[in-house]
Amino acid sequence: MNEKYGRITREGLWDNNVVFAQMLALCPLLAVTSTATNGLGMGLASTAVLLLSNIIVSSVRHLISPEVRIPVYIVLIATLVTLVDMSLNAWAHELYKVLGLFIALIVVNCAILGRAESFASKNTVADAALDGLMMGMGFTLALVALGGVREILGSGTLFANAHLLLGPAFAFLETTIVPDYKGFLLMILPPGGFMALGFLLAAKRVFDRRRAERAETAAAAAVAN
Amino acid sequence: MKLAELRAKLGYQASLLGSVALLTSAALAFASLITGPDIKAAEEADLKASLTQVLPGSYDNELLKDTVTLHSEEGEVLVWRARNKGKVEAVVYRVTGYGYSGAIVCVMGVSREGKVLGVRVIKHAETPGLGDKIEPDKANWIYGFDGKWLGEPPVDKWAVKKDGGVFDQFAGATITPRAVVKAVKGGLVFFEANKTELLDEAGGVR
Repeated sequence: MNEKYGRITREGLWDNNVVFAQMLALCPLLAVTSTATNGLGMGLASTAVLLLSNIIVSSVRHLISPEVRIPVYIVLIATLVTLVDMSLNAWAHELYKVLGLFIALIVVNCAILGRAESFASKNTVADAALDGLMMGMGFTLALVALGGVREILGSGTLFANAHLLLGPAFAFLETTIVPDYKGFLLMILPPGGFMALGFLLAAKRVFDRRRAERAETAAAAAVAN
Repeated sequence: MKLAELRAKLGYQASLLGSVALLTSAALAFASLITGPDIKAAEEADLKASLTQVLPGSYDNELLKDTVTLHSEEGEVLVWRARNKGKVEAVVYRVTGYGYSGAIVCVMGVSREGKVLGVRVIKHAETPGLGDKIEPDKANWIYGFDGKWLGEPPVDKWAVKKDGGVFDQFAGATITPRAVVKAVKGGLVFFEANKTELLDEAGGVR
């Protein structure tokens, strides 16, 4: 049982990461990651929606006819996003002013429909909830990584304006990496997003291959002994 | 297995879609009902905060309710009026400039003498790192308008330095500050043209 949860966690965070392995959700990814803070905000909001949509889809999975499942999922996801949008606007207005633009973008995040379709509709509620959470965290990780790279290279800071998103207590996150940085505009604009994403993807591939090779050599050595 | 048979029926699928739509609509309507007043209050507080930024000093009227709509070349302009003892001390309205990538919406406060009390950009899509120095968080440029009027600098000097005026442009971005200067100048011209209505003096003191 624990092994299964471990596998779901590993899949969500790394092996089957929404961005780095499934290559989904690239549109919101490239749109919001001009800073690490924006990435974090979008990641957390997406995680909340992903968790809720996985739970709901999984709990009604026996009732849904396969023929009409896609419209049902879409309506459910759009409703959830709108609910999140409205409640943030009403009760966390400062946060909404920072994230407002991105919240609606979550509807077009194909990762959420993807998880509903390929995981939540076939698994129990507990598994689906964990999967939603871990996929969301993996997505957040990718957003923060890409946002961080673009922000450091583009404007020489990291987590700028974090206090707007997380409250004044998190102002310590705001660091200036390169003082007196003149800025490298390309990284903040969309083409820089594509480039940074490409390099991050390549880095993950190299890392995974090295790790697999090392595991193979270790296994071979164990057999030889 | 009964459920599996039922799920394949066209009627079941139609009613499934129907009930999902109905349930979600109901949930949204309910949420809208609950959040509506809070959203309205938050937006009003926002608007008030953005107006008072360009309106130093204290006034004794309900700023958000004391409005007048005037016509200008660019369409209708909604003006908020700040009063003390019924006398209009200052007015606030929005002006729009057209920069490098679309509209730059500013809110500006003008005193009854026609001096700029403050300007803030509330919406723009200018290039990050170049044109966004019009935001007070990024540079002090926008404060350069405070206290200016159509006589100081003289009307023909209301331009960026590159065009022979007195306002700074930014390195690498001239179009953005040019648009904002033009918008603020237009706002002051609008004030002079509509002074009586703006200051509510046509019908005497209310």
